[in-house]
Amino acid sequence: MISDFRFPISDWMGTRFLCFFAAILFIATPAQAEFRFPMPEFETGYQHPPVYTPGPSNAMVGWDIVVLFAALTLAAIFVLKRRKRREIFLLTLFSLIYFGFWRNGCVCAVGSLQNIAAGLCDSSYGVPLTVVIFFTAPLIFALLFGRVFCAAVCPLGAVQEAVAVRPVKVPPAVEKGLSIVPVIYLGLALLSVATGSGFIICQYDPFVGFFRMGASFSLLVFGFFMLLTGIFVARPYCRFLCPYGVLLNGCSKLSRYHATITPSDCIQCGLCSDACPYNAINGPTPAAAPESRKKGAYRLGLLILLTPLMIALGGGIGGLLKEPLSRMNPTVRLAERIAGEELGRYTTTTIETDAFRASDTPNETLYAEAVAIKEKFRTGGMGLGAFIGLMIACRLIAVSILRKRTGYEPDRGTCLSCGRCFKYCPVKSRCAESQPSGEHDQND
Amino acid sequence: MKPLQKQSRRDFLRIAAAALFGGAAWWIARRRSPRMVWQIDPEKCTQCGRCATHCVLPVSAVKCFHSYSMCGYCDLCGGYLRPDAHGRNTGAENQLCPTAAIRRKFIEDPYYQYTIDEKLCIGCGKCVKGCGLFGNGSLYLQVKHDLCVNCSECAIARACPSDAFKLVPASDPYLLKSNQEERIS
Repeated sequence: MISDFRFPISDWMGTRFLCFFAAILFIATPAQAEFRFPMPEFETGYQHPPVYTPGPSNAMVGWDIVVLFAALTLAAIFVLKRRKRREIFLLTLFSLIYFGFWRNGCVCAVGSLQNIAAGLCDSSYGVPLTVVIFFTAPLIFALLFGRVFCAAVCPLGAVQEAVAVRPVKVPPAVEKGLSIVPVIYLGLALLSVATGSGFIICQYDPFVGFFRMGASFSLLVFGFFMLLTGIFVARPYCRFLCPYGVLLNGCSKLSRYHATITPSDCIQCGLCSDACPYNAINGPTPAAAPESRKKGAYRLGLLILLTPLMIALGGGIGGLLKEPLSRMNPTVRLAERIAGEELGRYTTTTIETDAFRASDTPNETLYAEAVAIKEKFRTGGMGLGAFIGLMIACRLIAVSILRKRTGYEPDRGTCLSCGRCFKYCPVKSRCAESQPSGEHDQND
Repeated sequence: MKPLQKQSRRDFLRIAAAALFGGAAWWIARRRSPRMVWQIDPEKCTQCGRCATHCVLPVSAVKCFHSYSMCGYCDLCGGYLRPDAHGRNTGAENQLCPTAAIRRKFIEDPYYQYTIDEKLCIGCGKCVKGCGLFGNGSLYLQVKHDLCVNCSECAIARACPSDAFKLVPASDPYLLKSNQEERIS
């Protein structure tokens, strides 16, 4: 019975079926040009089923905004008013569960900066209101209250905060040096968006794989490595990679209110500085100036004069890096691969080149497109280099200015408002001291 | 006097920063762009198979859709049967679909209806390729929006070799091959 219906591949392509195909095509062509097999006319009154096209769920979108604002407000209250590490940490865990595991870590404020950049570069690119709010709200809160977003709302920060059980101090010089990496990452991400090469922050997000319970193997390994590092070096991603942190850092420096270590006057015991795993507490200015005023002023002047030079140098290097940078772009990679295959450098083809050849686009069109994109990378690379040069110069100027401090203060830029230092401060607040004694008086 | 000056400079910078970010946000938000979602353009899709492997979900949100109004209801279905199948029946060894997600049902001689079992479909596009090569091309891949988490940048779109993924308005989130289908949502 079955043997009657056998059609191995040779048979499939065999004369019998070719004739059948040809006959069908011949008959079908005048009536319906696009179909090989005409749609049957059913005698039994068969009606085909409808297509199930469910729309995207809108239910959670509004809630995300509500929860974001609620969490930011609560974080600000916990950090500035209530000053309780435990409460901040509980809110952190809530954010980890809600924004991380429940909402799968998307949309997040860190990635939203790419959408905003894409929206600014390309006026036809649509950015939903949720994304705009996720980008703006943490920055506005940072301008008002410091980095409360990092403290308890960001799911990426939360997952690292949860594993930071045995933090050790990173040498301040290493910390300062590595803090330029997020600036470079931010520059690269903006360059990638501006040249239409994709969202690299999302692509190399080490923790989103845990939230979604799945990612590519290399990213999971990277995420696992980051968490392992995070046990000892608290929040490695936030401090040494996070590009959104660069913006938050700048906003937090200007913040209207900021977490204070001591509720009253600093007695300069230095306990808080030992408790901070982020090197984010600056000590009081030493009584004796480390160098003469003249020497300091001379160096500062030199650095300010060097700034344009560093910008130019950065821009020059960035422009020279056009070729390697342009490989971020998939079109450039495809064009190079196609050219390589044409020249016989590769013996195999890839899925990309197969798909390109199937599209019947002439190679020249692709090459022209790739050349145009590479030109974008020349200007973009120069901009990136100049930006990095400027930021390095700013950092150098910032470290060479001696600021007067009478006690231990959080560094407004790098302090993540995590609240670890609160309980280490032996000074109790004036109202906390006066309140019990007042009650005591009443009881008497 | 000095602390006051410093404070006012910081105040000025703060307002400037707020204006900068707020202005950028307003400039983008005033476009009132509708919510966009990812969808596959069936005309561009080359069935490379990456939809099944590159989605961030454990099982891809991309599923096979069947345009019944384009289907030839063939007995010898290029989307259902393997090219080296031993018979035109529902035998597992004959089915092209690796998860047996296509159901074959007899309608009337010699016609068969093919329906996709969405729970089993992984979006590999093998049947789509087969149907396109040997049939009418009534099978095609679409992102199912009740499953898709709508990432800011779709991981499949990033990996798609034929640039078939594009953003479409959430109010009309499908690119169906035939407009003669009755839709239910």
